[in-house]
Amino acid sequence: MSARKPYVRPMAGWWRRDPFFVEYMVHEGTAFFVWLYALELLAGVLCLAQGKAAWDAYRAFVASVPLLILNAAIFAMMLYHGYTWFKIMPRTLPPMKVGGKRVAGATITALGLGGALVASVLLFGIVWMLTSGGAQ
Amino acid sequence: MSAAMAKVSVLRYRPEQDEVPVWQDYQVPYSDDMSVLTALNYIKDELDGTLSLRWSCRQAICGSCGMMIGGKPSLACKTFLRDYPEGIRVEALAHFPIERDLVVVMDGFMDKLQKVKPYIIPKEARSLDEGEYLQTPAEMDLYAQFAGCINCGLCYAACPQVGLNPDFIGPGAIALLHRYNLDSRDGGSAERMALINSEVGVFNCTAVGYCSEVCPKMVDPANAVNVGKMNSARDYFFRFMRPAGEKGECR
Amino acid sequence: MNQALKRSHEPIFWLLFGAGGMLAALIGAMLVLITAFAVPLGLLPADAFSYANMLAFAQNLFGKAFILAVVALFFWHAVHRIFHSLHDVGIHAGTGARVLCYGTALAGTLLTVWALWTIGF
Repeated sequence: MSARKPYVRPMAGWWRRDPFFVEYMVHEGTAFFVWLYALELLAGVLCLAQGKAAWDAYRAFVASVPLLILNAAIFAMMLYHGYTWFKIMPRTLPPMKVGGKRVAGATITALGLGGALVASVLLFGIVWMLTSGGAQ
Repeated sequence: MSAAMAKVSVLRYRPEQDEVPVWQDYQVPYSDDMSVLTALNYIKDELDGTLSLRWSCRQAICGSCGMMIGGKPSLACKTFLRDYPEGIRVEALAHFPIERDLVVVMDGFMDKLQKVKPYIIPKEARSLDEGEYLQTPAEMDLYAQFAGCINCGLCYAACPQVGLNPDFIGPGAIALLHRYNLDSRDGGSAERMALINSEVGVFNCTAVGYCSEVCPKMVDPANAVNVGKMNSARDYFFRFMRPAGEKGECR
Repeated sequence: MNQALKRSHEPIFWLLFGAGGMLAALIGAMLVLITAFAVPLGLLPADAFSYANMLAFAQNLFGKAFILAVVALFFWHAVHRIFHSLHDVGIHAGTGARVLCYGTALAGTLLTVWALWTIGF
């Protein structure tokens, strides 16, 4: 008879065991806020389809204090999502070579964050032109 | 003896007497250059002969002495007491069943290593008089990093998805699979694809990334797994455009 | 051995997750700034999001495509992560959790398409 009796340790609470896992759970948690924002935008599109009264009510709702607080939290989580998204990118993309040399992970992250900055400025510029510049 | 002492706490599990693992403290003489492996062997030789652990080379190449040190997957031979002034906690590698004390059951891991067909499957068989399979340094450079794996299991102990689903092929084996796929002499990628695509394959990974952090050989298994996801996605959507009966299918 | 392996259908959801994640990482924070704070902060004129302006935007083909891409991809990104997080914390509810998570994304996508269609061209 075998005297073997392997012990399998439980996984409950594994994410508290290491700061690395705590950070992982926090950046996974940003998804809940992305979901809330998608819901907020969906409500907007639905109101827009209902006509002017519904749309104005939606804008008033977005301008209310609870929604401003919620949107501030969503904003912070979006920023954190972006930061962690590009931080892990060197591990998720196939290795890239420029001039025979492998591009360093930090460079890929920096390019991603730089790209986000450029895209965001561009987006704001377009919205600004559509709403102020173009109207004049 | 007036030398400084260091506390080493070890998670003990003796299947013949313990229902669950228990912590046991030892005091070992401290020196600046003392590795955790040296400390554990001091315990085994001088204090408590019943302590079980695996080790061999003492220089981070055999991959035998992987364990949780201060809660992190580490090789005992390249982790030093001097970095843990508060004392040190040593436990068997996480996500593996404990066989005894610091010894884990590696059978599942060994089985996974075999499943990835970790050997060159030649594109076309050559006879002896045709000579060896040649490879340029640039071709070798593509996979060299992934060939550095010493099968120590630290990446499995770092991967919560392995702990949550023990059937997941896991970071190390997928890195090894990737190493052979990237080899210019190899033609077995299609044969290995079924495993990558399957429910025990790459999509168990949620890009935690800790496997690559803890790897003592800087192999970057997370990259192998995530490149595997891209390959698998390509295979998923373009499989119908390939001739029927090609290898790598898993219905 | 291969007979025992079942192909995972994750690529579909993983690609949607990745596309939404990339979009959110690139412009997510700026979108929140624009839709929630730009007008109160005076960065955009008070009537920037008037009914007339927004209707014109949503009637434009590019506007429609942008709205659909943002809403749908943000939903698909979020639910994929949430579903895996449920697994991470030990809730392996399987089909039930899957339908609940991905169902909101599907519903969100279809509702957006319907609304954009109703708004007209």
